[in-house]
Amino acid sequence: MGSVGAKEVPVLLSPEGLRIDGRQLNELRPIRIQVGALHNADGSAFVEWGANKVMAAVYGPREVHPRHLQQNNKAVIQCKYNMAAFAVDERKRPGLDRRSQEISKVIGEAFESVVFAEEYPRTSIDIYIEVLQANAGTRCAGLVAASMALADAGIPMVDLLPAVAVGKIAGKIALDLKKEEDNFGDADLPMALVPQSGRLVLLQMEGHMTEDELSQSLELGVQGCREIYEKMKQALRERYATGPIGGSA
Amino acid sequence: MSDEVSAEILTTHILDLAAEGKRLDGRGPNEYRPITVEPGFVTTADGSALVRIGNTAVLSGIKLEPGKPFADTPNAGVLTTNAELIPLSNAIFEPGPPQPGAIEVSRVVDRAIRAAETIDLARLCVTPGEKSWVCYVDIHCLDHTGNLIDAALMAAVSALCHATVPAKRFEVAEADYPLAVNHIPIECTFVRLGDAIVVDPTFDEERAAQGRITVATDEVGRVVAMQKGLVGAFSPDDVKDVVRRAFRHGERHRVLVKGGTP
Repeated sequence: MGSVGAKEVPVLLSPEGLRIDGRQLNELRPIRIQVGALHNADGSAFVEWGANKVMAAVYGPREVHPRHLQQNNKAVIQCKYNMAAFAVDERKRPGLDRRSQEISKVIGEAFESVVFAEEYPRTSIDIYIEVLQANAGTRCAGLVAASMALADAGIPMVDLLPAVAVGKIAGKIALDLKKEEDNFGDADLPMALVPQSGRLVLLQMEGHMTEDELSQSLELGVQGCREIYEKMKQALRERYATGPIGGSA
Repeated sequence: MSDEVSAEILTTHILDLAAEGKRLDGRGPNEYRPITVEPGFVTTADGSALVRIGNTAVLSGIKLEPGKPFADTPNAGVLTTNAELIPLSNAIFEPGPPQPGAIEVSRVVDRAIRAAETIDLARLCVTPGEKSWVCYVDIHCLDHTGNLIDAALMAAVSALCHATVPAKRFEVAEADYPLAVNHIPIECTFVRLGDAIVVDPTFDEERAAQGRITVATDEVGRVVAMQKGLVGAFSPDDVKDVVRRAFRHGERHRVLVKGGTP
């Protein structure tokens, strides 16, 4: 965390209550979702969220690798979150680290909660999330991208999964932290919502918040998720309004 | 129908077409798919480029960090190239340590960059024997629909052409400066389909191929690297032919890499 040389704590909130990029506390960064961005995957999506760039692909339902993970009554959902070496300021060593493995696990479990896996026994639904450029909130951007990719692959689900992180900067609760806010803020709380039920299927937290701040954060996060949900539905309609994107190889 | 059976039928069809001088997507034997180069795709990298050849998409990012020169080359910086053929890009790739295919792409690209003296490694030396820049070229394959090698090298070289040495950030110098690029190698890959040798193979053509050959050329008329791959054979005349064709394609693609229109 933290870029080389950037040691001074920036002013995270102006006297007028604006954040370093001029946003209000309850304002999201701009989000652009492109469904069907890849050609080989059964479903895919590219999400640009602030300065994050995340690609997701879904393969399956298909044969299970490794075989012993196969389940006779439902599909197994395997999620791999990975970050490109050049996605952050200091080069990240390629390959799986503990952080990626944990994120893969919680995202996979979030999707297991909404996918009708029992429809596809003895198969695997493989979700790949590649972070190409990172600027805080990559697991949420990855979740949104993967959610769109699953929908694009035609996998039946209870609902799409919008996700966002809420944090605390300069003592105030703020929606959708960017990198500087994440590095120098007091708390980070990523979450993913099932809009149908209003329940959260991913929730993590790091930092410190009072009980009041926490409930305020949850409300702000759910509101943010609902805003993202509208963008997700819109992106899906755009994908299928004009017929398939792309042509032959 | 199983994948193997449909691939077999497709292979037969591709070979039948090739015998008549035709290709599945209507291209001529010496015709590339459309190419686009998008430098600066990733702003966290010190240089980057997204290259598309048809539906194949490869992203390369450059990172420069201060490090130590190798003991046997105390006056030179260090260059490392790494290609990630990730499962997102095609069902044939599995997660885990690099497979032979990924290692081949890394090495063929690395060889072209090194042999062409693309970057002047001597200028990446800060203090001989003690401190030099390490230049990481990371290649990420996003969409694999054939001909990864050509796309990977174009992405890597375009990223290098647009790279900045982060000297200020690492407190090595007062200001950042552009990475000096000497020569621009371009790789050109062909496959044999029966008697025909076609350029820029698609994924299905690679699967049908009876041999693959890659030729890297630079702008001063040198062949800087070659690689024959897959099962199959090429006569010396075949090789001369593809080298001649590689120079012509190279000239056009070099303009794209530098950021112009061919």
